[in-house]
Amino acid sequence: MSITADWTSGTHALVFQRCPSCRSTWYFRRTFCPHCGTSPVRDEQASGKGIVHAATLVARAPTEELRAHTPYLIVLVDADEGFRLMAHADASLGLGERVRCSFKTLAGRLIPYFERDAA
Amino acid sequence: MSWIAGVGMTAYGKLPGRNTLDLMSEAATAALQDAQLERRDIDGLICGYSTVFAHLMLSTAFLEHYGLQPTYAHGIQVGGATGFAMVMLAHYLVKAGAARNVLVVAGENRLTGQSRDDAVKTLAQVGHPVYEVPLGATIPAYYALVASRYMHEHAVSETDLAELAVLMRRHATAHPGAQFREPISVQDVMASKSIAAPLKLLDCCPVSDGGAAFVVTRDPTSAFRVRIIGTGQAHTHQHISAAASLTEFGAKASVERARRAAKIELSDARYAAIYDSFTITLTILLEEIGLAPRGRAGELAREGHFNRDGVLPLNTHGGLLSYGHCGCGGAMAHLVETHHQMTGRAGERQVRDASLALLHGDGGVLSSHVSLVLETK
Repeated sequence: MSITADWTSGTHALVFQRCPSCRSTWYFRRTFCPHCGTSPVRDEQASGKGIVHAATLVARAPTEELRAHTPYLIVLVDADEGFRLMAHADASLGLGERVRCSFKTLAGRLIPYFERDAA
Repeated sequence: MSWIAGVGMTAYGKLPGRNTLDLMSEAATAALQDAQLERRDIDGLICGYSTVFAHLMLSTAFLEHYGLQPTYAHGIQVGGATGFAMVMLAHYLVKAGAARNVLVVAGENRLTGQSRDDAVKTLAQVGHPVYEVPLGATIPAYYALVASRYMHEHAVSETDLAELAVLMRRHATAHPGAQFREPISVQDVMASKSIAAPLKLLDCCPVSDGGAAFVVTRDPTSAFRVRIIGTGQAHTHQHISAAASLTEFGAKASVERARRAAKIELSDARYAAIYDSFTITLTILLEEIGLAPRGRAGELAREGHFNRDGVLPLNTHGGLLSYGHCGCGGAMAHLVETHHQMTGRAGERQVRDASLALLHGDGGVLSSHVSLVLETK
């Protein structure tokens, strides 16, 4: 089964997985459905749209390299496709706001970054 | 049936010059003395782990160092829940007849054995290595995400959280082994520097050196009559991104299992020892278990409900927030204090009645839950 490239390998894309049998969706990549065990499962490109479920402005970074970027907002976003993911976001965002995904570089790595969805 | 025949622990805080095995040994010796047992009496050994001494076989490294030759030994790891999980396993080993006197021991020089950055980085690894850690998330950040949602849904304020930090510090002032003993106010907590909003420095437990140990036995070996009458666990997820909910975790299910095994009602508990890595952790656990109504843990703390002379005395040694947190040993201090309370040895901290105690620990990001019910006979 081919692996669809996403931000974790440096590609500007947000990918989730869907079970062809029970239709559930999830984020952390694996070769089977964690709900019903069906294999194989499908990789799908996410629309990048969702709602902020939780947010924290991080002031104390874990490494010297990341210290230069503080404070940064880490969010959990409920994607429209039904999965939840962790990402960075515009620091002015709050819980319940509609957002859309773009990407930015943090300490040399590509990461998902959410901004307010104007639509 | 099993008994906690003896307990022991070091002071927690900055203990330079002592490594993981030193701290484990010191705690083990105190527990053996307390249980009136010798090394040769120990036929079971259960260890946790140490992040600064990441040995593949900590139990055998320890038993060789300390001078034990048990017929059963290994380590286990479920983060902050490890201490109570070890006790639960010891309880079952004794009940099954696999061992007669089980030493449960943990220790770590987590504070002086590494740099602050290394401690933060190591602990952040409970996050997902591909999808979470590269975002610069930390343990406080994972819990702060939970806090943001929980506070939103249950109208909990930052000052409500602060009340629990104040309570733990008030209790710690009466324990000579606590890492932090200077009283603090809600204003002090609110004015402390932000770590991961809404959590501030004083909402977070410290990193500490320390060690703790218990002896779980088939028969009483000392004058202490503390029995384990119920245990339970629940495990729902590892990573916070994959948690089904940020407001309902496994705590209730775990406590219900322990409570039913013990054949008690929650309201029978006279003393509570609840994991408090952050003020939000303690808030959620108290409220989910049902020891406080949703959104009211801080208010109850302010009213004295959890004081030594309150309705339900809680973590009278100061908890992780003020006694300190040395890893696996962190929550084990909760049990040592509970034992001291149940056997009338808590000195100026002594509560009136600790005859039935409920203990609950969590590991990861409210991922692994272990509950214990103890009774004095």
